[in-house]
Amino acid sequence: MSIKEYRTAVEARGGLLVMKQTPGVAFGDRVRIEDHAGGIRNGQVIRASDEDVLILVFEGVEDLDLENTWVRFLDAPVEMALSPELLGREFNGLGEPRDGRPPILSSLRRAVGGSAINPAARTYPREFIQTGISTIDGLNSLVRGQKLPIFTGSGLPHNRLAAQIVRQARLKNEDAAFSIVFAAMGVSYADAKFFRDEFASSGVLRNVVMFVNLADDPPVERLTLPRTALTAAEYLAYDLDRHVLVVMTDMTYYAEALREVATAKGDVPARKGYPGYLYSDLAEIYERCGRIHERHGSITMMPVVSMPSDDITHPIPDLTGYITEGQIVLSRELNSQGIYPPVHISPSLSRLMKDGIGKDDTREDHPRVAAQLYALYSRALETRNLASIIGADELSTHDRRYLTFADAFDRRFVGQGENEDRSIEATLDLAWELISIFPKDVLTRVSEADIAKYYRELDESQAGSAGGGPASGVTTAVQSHSRRRRRSASGAQPAGAA
Amino acid sequence: MSETQRVGTVRDINGPIVTIELPGIRHGEQVKIGDLGLFGEVISLNGDRAVVQTYESTDGVRPGEPAEGLGWPLSVELGPGLMGGIFDGVQRPLEKIALLSGDYIRRGIDVAALDREREWAFEPNRDLEVGQTVEPGAVLGSVQETETVLHRILVPPGVHGELEELAPAGNHTIEATIARVRTRDGRTRRLQMYHRWPVRTPRPYLRRDDGVAPLITGQRVIDTFFPQLKGGKGAVPGPFGAGKTVVQQQIARWSNADIVIYVGCGERGNELVDVLETFPKLDDPYTGRKLMERTLLVANTSNMPVVAREASVYVGITMAEYYRDMGYDVVMLADSTSRWAEALREVSGRLGQMPVEEGYPAYLASRLAAVYERAGRVETHGAGSGSVTLIGAVSPPGGDFSEPVTSHTKDIIETFWALSKELADARHYPSIDWVTSFSGHVHTAAHWWHENIDASWEERRREALALLARDAELSRIVNLVGPEALSSSQRWDLEGAALIKEGVLQQSALDDVDTFCSPEKQFALLDLVLMIYDLGAELVTRGVPVQEMQRLPLLSRTRRIKSLYSSEQLDEIEAFRTEVEQTLENLRLEYEKHEEQAG
Repeated sequence: MSIKEYRTAVEARGGLLVMKQTPGVAFGDRVRIEDHAGGIRNGQVIRASDEDVLILVFEGVEDLDLENTWVRFLDAPVEMALSPELLGREFNGLGEPRDGRPPILSSLRRAVGGSAINPAARTYPREFIQTGISTIDGLNSLVRGQKLPIFTGSGLPHNRLAAQIVRQARLKNEDAAFSIVFAAMGVSYADAKFFRDEFASSGVLRNVVMFVNLADDPPVERLTLPRTALTAAEYLAYDLDRHVLVVMTDMTYYAEALREVATAKGDVPARKGYPGYLYSDLAEIYERCGRIHERHGSITMMPVVSMPSDDITHPIPDLTGYITEGQIVLSRELNSQGIYPPVHISPSLSRLMKDGIGKDDTREDHPRVAAQLYALYSRALETRNLASIIGADELSTHDRRYLTFADAFDRRFVGQGENEDRSIEATLDLAWELISIFPKDVLTRVSEADIAKYYRELDESQAGSAGGGPASGVTTAVQSHSRRRRRSASGAQPAGAA
Repeated sequence: MSETQRVGTVRDINGPIVTIELPGIRHGEQVKIGDLGLFGEVISLNGDRAVVQTYESTDGVRPGEPAEGLGWPLSVELGPGLMGGIFDGVQRPLEKIALLSGDYIRRGIDVAALDREREWAFEPNRDLEVGQTVEPGAVLGSVQETETVLHRILVPPGVHGELEELAPAGNHTIEATIARVRTRDGRTRRLQMYHRWPVRTPRPYLRRDDGVAPLITGQRVIDTFFPQLKGGKGAVPGPFGAGKTVVQQQIARWSNADIVIYVGCGERGNELVDVLETFPKLDDPYTGRKLMERTLLVANTSNMPVVAREASVYVGITMAEYYRDMGYDVVMLADSTSRWAEALREVSGRLGQMPVEEGYPAYLASRLAAVYERAGRVETHGAGSGSVTLIGAVSPPGGDFSEPVTSHTKDIIETFWALSKELADARHYPSIDWVTSFSGHVHTAAHWWHENIDASWEERRREALALLARDAELSRIVNLVGPEALSSSQRWDLEGAALIKEGVLQQSALDDVDTFCSPEKQFALLDLVLMIYDLGAELVTRGVPVQEMQRLPLLSRTRRIKSLYSSEQLDEIEAFRTEVEQTLENLRLEYEKHEEQAG
């Protein structure tokens, strides 16, 4: 079909443009629109029929003069040009440069829509990624090819956490760094700058491709941005054999843009005004991550999803949780206590953890230690609730031990420095130090062999102080261990310092 | 079923919903859309125009392209070669597609479900003679489909008449003629080893029977507390992260069904791969062969086209009915029916149908009921009793069980395994909540347990549940005023309930020993824990402090028995039981002596 230009627009509303008498236009095709002032906008056909064609205009339909709007159907889907030159560059949602440098010149162009990976061609992800963060590595381990979102709320340090993961993520026994694809949708200028500076100062910028749509950029463009970014990620992973970590922030703004367009289209709303296809649409994005048979590269994904009003049952985090392989949940309560990163472990989960940890991957006691910490912390939170009602003094000695544990866990295991990169061994040693607050017979999730090997013998008075170390997250397990030995040698024991 | 093929024109493309102009096309008919030949299905008619839902992405399709009516409704191929396979939502073999189109699924690819080249060793039914009258469901012969599964070749539904010819033993492809039947209207029907069946029509059977035997899943909280019958229908609702998929996979691995059909409906790609990679390595606990030999997978991951997701449940249940007709007990797991319902909603939304609850169409409840009703134990036409057990996972948004899909499902099913976020957060797995779950089959299951395991099963089960109910009540008090407010016997109740939770209810799918628990071991553990509770309660009333009881090392050991001894080591569990009995008896004697001295 030859490329034709039409001036038959009849309607413009909510990012959509309706055209009449444009026969033979293909569904999903890319469109170029020239407005009355000579400005160029981009669009995509989202409904095609004999009578009319519906176009999604990425830059919005503001200020269009229908009489003087020229529309050209490019007879090709929305595509992204791909070459190794992508690295170190910054693009918008359509894959056009944002960094003032020339566009990517390449004969290799791919449709950004992607297609479904054949489940029979996938490989199960099982290589442990060390992020250096105890709550993730120890309790919710990330593996290569996993999609593990960060559920957060406004004002929580998700950006700092994401940046720390980008800096520290590596495979345990491999030096190869990840290539980063960073997709920002609807974020503030300050947040985008934070990441840009962060990448520059940590020296990973040459390994990063950025796709940015700021809060004041047209929202419709957010609909293609993650797809464009993932097309670049697939190219880096499967053509260039790189291991790619995709950080997407913030999926909530993406979903809101989707709702905006759906409403304009007149789609039947399902929950909270979001269209019924929100699940399928999010899945199209999230499921592009993974590992494929006989391909060296991989795509690991860490989307940031902010929970409106901290509500985890809101459709966006809810549907995300049904698609992703777990979630890392940040807590306002921990954050207000000054604990960084404020990861609330109870609702956090990694579904792919089981095959990435243990004897050959991390350490043989890892799965049981994680289960034990979860069980103890869950009981400890109950005890804390009880203490807030009846007072800690009313608790039995045994129950008070749970309080000691809960405080120590929050401050020392959850809390750590923004530049502190804990090895998995350090994380597990720290875990044992905390577990050893309890007598052995309480520990039913770890095996007897684990206890024999790792349990730290402490007498009762020391048990109280094991959790009483300084709150500083910089303390490593080894340091605190030696300090305790020193103290016990001197015999001066502040009992129950916690 | 085939008629002359007719070709019409594409008029309108709205995502997966395409309007075509094709006079004479029928409702439900299969259609090939556009130059790419995308498959679809007619879901509504209006004059010469038909609305088609396509199973593949419609990107690039233009108005004016051709649309071809195929003359039959969405059907599956039924014959040898299904077992061990992995199919997409419209029964295309995914492994073969991977060979043809690489890592991604190419659109418009047309691959038959069953291998046409492969030869099967056909063994005719020796009881059949030429000249005999055969009815639908009569066994013509069999082929050994896998080491585990003997595939019976049946006369397909709708074929009655005189057997004119039956192939001798030998190797045949599925397309070879294995029998000829002269039907009542005088025509001769050529029968092959496979036939097609429309997925939306339930396959016929002689009559429906009541379920009699429990489906043993090797999971204590299911078998002992909320049993399912062979031929029953159940639901596993739970918020994300509560462990639905693990529960379903455990049932697929360990249940004593002959055939397992696992439908991954709108779920995660990586989880399906887990099944694909681990099942071929797992041993079937009942036959010792590989599990995959009796397993069949239907995979429509969440990023595959939404309309095929709607079809996948029907494709799965039709294959389940086919094996049921051979006289097998089939378990079908659908993970998750919520995604299936959402696919309905998505399509109805695109058609502009009036939504009723949360955007779902008005026919949600009737469609759900119709699917679940295809489960059941039946008397087949020619192969005795067979059953289809249907277990659907439900993913309620926000974990809210009052939402439409969960509440409608709850009205239809008989077994409800409600997963709890609180239990999952405490890593209590399986997180099946004993307060909100129910089973309508306890009484029927009790017959089996009493005959095969122990006559006190129903009584012991009731005792355990009563203790758990007391625990729930006492825990509320503790949360308000602290444990000091409880009497010592109440505190022992809490300890007893904790023993049931940790020693019986909790069961790790990752623990090599505990992942499967035989009914004998299930009862032994339950009985052990209740014995400790009973004897302990007696000691506590005699004045033994609860703290002293809690310090007994045998309590923490009891919690580990489940993973210390396998289902084959019942003697060791028995020995431990005797040891416990002795220890508690000694304690009792000691206290009696003490009392006497004091007295």
